[in-house]
Amino acid sequence: MFRTALRNVLAHKARLLMTVLAVMLGVAFVSGTLVFTDTLSQAFRGQSAKSYDDVAVAVSLRPDPEEAAKNPGLSQATVDKVAKLDGVTGVQPRVDGFAGVPDAKGKLIGSGWSNKGVNFAPGPDGKDPALSFTSGDGPTAAGQIALDKATADKGGYKVGDTVRVATNGPVKEYALSGVFTTEDGAVNAGGSLVVFDAPVAQQLYLKPGYYSDLNVSAAPGADDEKLRDEVLKVVPKAATAQTGQDLADEQARQIESGLGALNQTLLGFAGIALFVGVFLISNTFTMLVAQRTKELALMRAVGASRRQITRSVLAEAGIVGVVASAVGYLLGIGLAVGLRSGMAAFDMKVPDGDLVLGTTPVLAAFGVGVVITMLAAWLPGRRAAKIPPVAAMNSVHATPNAKSLVVRNAIGAAITAIGAVLIVLGANAGGDEGRMTIAGGAFATLIGIIILIPFLSRPVIALIRPFFVKVFGISGKLAGLNAVRNPRRTGATASALAIGLTLVTGLTVIGVSAGQALDKMTVDQIKADYMVTMASGGGLSDEALKALEKAPGVTAVSPQQAGALDIKGTYVSASGVTPGAIEKVLKVEVVNGSLATLGQGRIAVADKTAEKRGLKVGDSVPVEYLDKKKGTLTVGAVYKDSEFLSPVLVDTKILDAHDPEKYIPQIFVSTEGGPGDAHEQALIKAMGDNPAITVMDQKDIRDEFGGQINLLLNIMYGLLAMALIIAVLGVVNTLAMSVFERQQEIGMIRAIGLDRRRVKRMVRLEAVVISVFGAVVGIGLGTFLAWAIGKTFEASLPGYGLVVPWDRVGIFLVLAALVGVLASLWPARSAARLNMLTAIKAE
Amino acid sequence: MTTTPTVPRATAVAARATELTKVYGQGETQVVALDRVSVDFRQGEFTAIMGPSGSGKSTLMHCVAGLDSFSSGSVRIGDTELSALKDKQLTQLRRDKIGFIFQAFNLLPTLTAMENITLPMDITGRRADQAWVQKVIDMLGLSGRLKHRPTELSGGQQQRVAVARALASRPEIIFGDEPTGNLDSRSGAEVLGFLRNSVRELGQTVVMVTHDPVAASYADRVIFLADGRIVDEMLRPTADGVLDRMKAFDTKGRTS
Repeated sequence: MFRTALRNVLAHKARLLMTVLAVMLGVAFVSGTLVFTDTLSQAFRGQSAKSYDDVAVAVSLRPDPEEAAKNPGLSQATVDKVAKLDGVTGVQPRVDGFAGVPDAKGKLIGSGWSNKGVNFAPGPDGKDPALSFTSGDGPTAAGQIALDKATADKGGYKVGDTVRVATNGPVKEYALSGVFTTEDGAVNAGGSLVVFDAPVAQQLYLKPGYYSDLNVSAAPGADDEKLRDEVLKVVPKAATAQTGQDLADEQARQIESGLGALNQTLLGFAGIALFVGVFLISNTFTMLVAQRTKELALMRAVGASRRQITRSVLAEAGIVGVVASAVGYLLGIGLAVGLRSGMAAFDMKVPDGDLVLGTTPVLAAFGVGVVITMLAAWLPGRRAAKIPPVAAMNSVHATPNAKSLVVRNAIGAAITAIGAVLIVLGANAGGDEGRMTIAGGAFATLIGIIILIPFLSRPVIALIRPFFVKVFGISGKLAGLNAVRNPRRTGATASALAIGLTLVTGLTVIGVSAGQALDKMTVDQIKADYMVTMASGGGLSDEALKALEKAPGVTAVSPQQAGALDIKGTYVSASGVTPGAIEKVLKVEVVNGSLATLGQGRIAVADKTAEKRGLKVGDSVPVEYLDKKKGTLTVGAVYKDSEFLSPVLVDTKILDAHDPEKYIPQIFVSTEGGPGDAHEQALIKAMGDNPAITVMDQKDIRDEFGGQINLLLNIMYGLLAMALIIAVLGVVNTLAMSVFERQQEIGMIRAIGLDRRRVKRMVRLEAVVISVFGAVVGIGLGTFLAWAIGKTFEASLPGYGLVVPWDRVGIFLVLAALVGVLASLWPARSAARLNMLTAIKAE
Repeated sequence: MTTTPTVPRATAVAARATELTKVYGQGETQVVALDRVSVDFRQGEFTAIMGPSGSGKSTLMHCVAGLDSFSSGSVRIGDTELSALKDKQLTQLRRDKIGFIFQAFNLLPTLTAMENITLPMDITGRRADQAWVQKVIDMLGLSGRLKHRPTELSGGQQQRVAVARALASRPEIIFGDEPTGNLDSRSGAEVLGFLRNSVRELGQTVVMVTHDPVAASYADRVIFLADGRIVDEMLRPTADGVLDRMKAFDTKGRTS
């Protein structure tokens, strides 16, 4: 039986090519993902192991703000005590925080969150073991800094140059004392590192004389754990200590889980690709079996059992699977290499490392490839076994698929209905739970629609047909009719596109709707012309606030200082705002009372919170501040709840008195006569040309949200292109088969006068009909799902409304039609070139 | 529309082959399918081409009908010389001047009987001559079946639809390739009767390849082919006469 299978594979090389390609692509995606993440994780692990190489024990003391007064950090005395312990060969005390430098144009180098500043910690030899200087030396005076090489190069800084450094305070100028390379992970990932003289760093980030971290090195072979216990005895109680090994392991674990998410996303798409591929494979084998009806019947007639027939089909699938998996695996390795260089091209630096070719990707490649192929061939194999031996004697072509679709349609309709009901229920339930219900419903609906798709093909295509007849005449008419001749096959082919487009449309509709809602919200809620934030995500200083208030052309400035109040036993987040200015920069709809009372030390409460806490205007409320001090505040106003406002608004002064670590994430600014270049420049100047401070106008604010959504959508489109490629292969396959089956017919119409051009057009249009049909189903389902998911976060995103981006939907349809045209190139050509004489010769 | 049935009408020639030669392959594997065949098919005449398997009868028909190319010689349909035509022009010629009836796969299963009949006109984009089409349909007794699809028709009915399609566009000549090959004898007789009527009553020109002496006996004239040459011709044939003539070939044995 195996030999028969092998012969069959060889005999149908061309036909199986598409199947092999489909499996191959899926497998390549799977193994590529695995190899890529393996390689990446190995590289990161090597990196983190290296960066903790010299560290025997790491001590850390990052006190809670409340205890900051008691426990500011690790003092020099503590450091000295640790250094004197037995077996300690060196200590590097560290204190770090945000520090950024601008490039020649004044823009921040790096991405904000990865701009770090740290102290210089020279050992007795005057060298900091974490840094290797390529030119110059470490900073030894308050006015000096050192920079990592990549950043120095990007900014064009040389030793001796003056460098402006932005920290959470105002920008200061330093002289560049040296340029170094380092194994620091953040730097290797494209961040920047500024090294200050220790007292400067302490002053900037903690408190003079104190460090937050301490790396202890020991002689090789020392017992790190024992040393750790020793260290713990001499450091303050609040400090923690870990061995370098533990730290490296912990970091590796973090990397692993970070990559795990990437891994899962990529594998998810591989899964979609393979799922789509299943239809193609199943289609191919159904066709092969139909084509070989006589041959199989003959085998049955000469004594092969049903099981043997099924097995021979499965064996054939197995061979195809093995070949496709092998090629796919190799392709996957290429993909992994490509992905890594692709990341480098996008400035996402990853540490160097060898390609890791583990056993898992190999096993996954073959497992997935072979199992999927055989699984998809199982039904056709079963069908093959049902061919009666007498079919061998029958000279008449067996008309395939005369079987009624009634049972299939009933099942499909039932599953679709259940899925649709779940989706609607989920949409109405809302929230996370609703989304889970929708996910389940979406899966059921997708399966149901796939089962139903042959049934849907007739009415849907009948809708398109008149248009085709009108525009393309007889070719269009025949194409439309041909497309519905074998609904199962048309359905399976269209399914591939439908799945892809369901996802694409769903994501697009949600993305565009959310984007518009955010847009609308920003326009509605933000009255200010500018929003000022730190690029690092850190807080702005009081000085910044004062500078903005004094800037020319500014009419109103209010921060949204983050704070909290304990009201009646529960902490409620409270924003510190500037009375009199807040209502000029943000929309505050007062329901009761007056915002002017903020200036008298009263608070304003959002209506929902007021209701929940039983508060009304005029109430005196006992509160507890962050520093645990108690007080009483009076409610001066109740306003409508809004996304941009905290539940409680209060004068910043009131919060300041009780919060030593005041945190101002953003400041809103209104200017005279609205936004303009001059105003923007004035604000930037007021901020001391600080590259770490971002001044955004309304458009920038919208882009920040919208840009993220678009980026996300584009990534999704890229990955889903995979499903489209497989869909193309499916259409090619189906058409090639149709042309093959209809040779006589095509020969006949050629004989009675249809020219080659129109034969080609007929095949091409059939492909277009099938593709567009799949697209229409996918777009419909995708929009429905998007509607349902949108419903679930309507509550949390006010102003959200379903927006169907018709332009993009149009593009999807055109793309689907193009898929059809592209896929039909080769089958149409072979149809037009068909030898008429062999075609019309009977049997 | 002539009522003089048995006498071929004068000299007008619908199709003519002169020194027609068709050679397959080269060198040692060379096969001569047609060897300098010259033959006229006169207007309003029903001609049957007979001969054993491999005699070249189908090839002759394919070449004359513009379905196949030939090695040398000339073929004319009406005034048109086929050897000079490219595929596109040949297609147009077949569409405008020739009707076909094949042994099988004659109809498009997706179209109704009526749509199949008017298919050649649809391809051309011409409007069908309704009165003529109706006349053909009536003659073939298909009025009640026009809305049916081929799968809902019997073999004989399907072939009658095919005949109607060939007649509907009023071609200059109709070629039939074993048109009764797949039919039982009663349906076959029916179809042949219609073909003969179309010649007698509508003045149609019909050329038919067959290996069935009974089918050949419906024709006005039978041409016998053997080894790529015309070896005999018989006017006003009878089934027995044709059978006797065919038996003469049997001595050579039948090969396919």
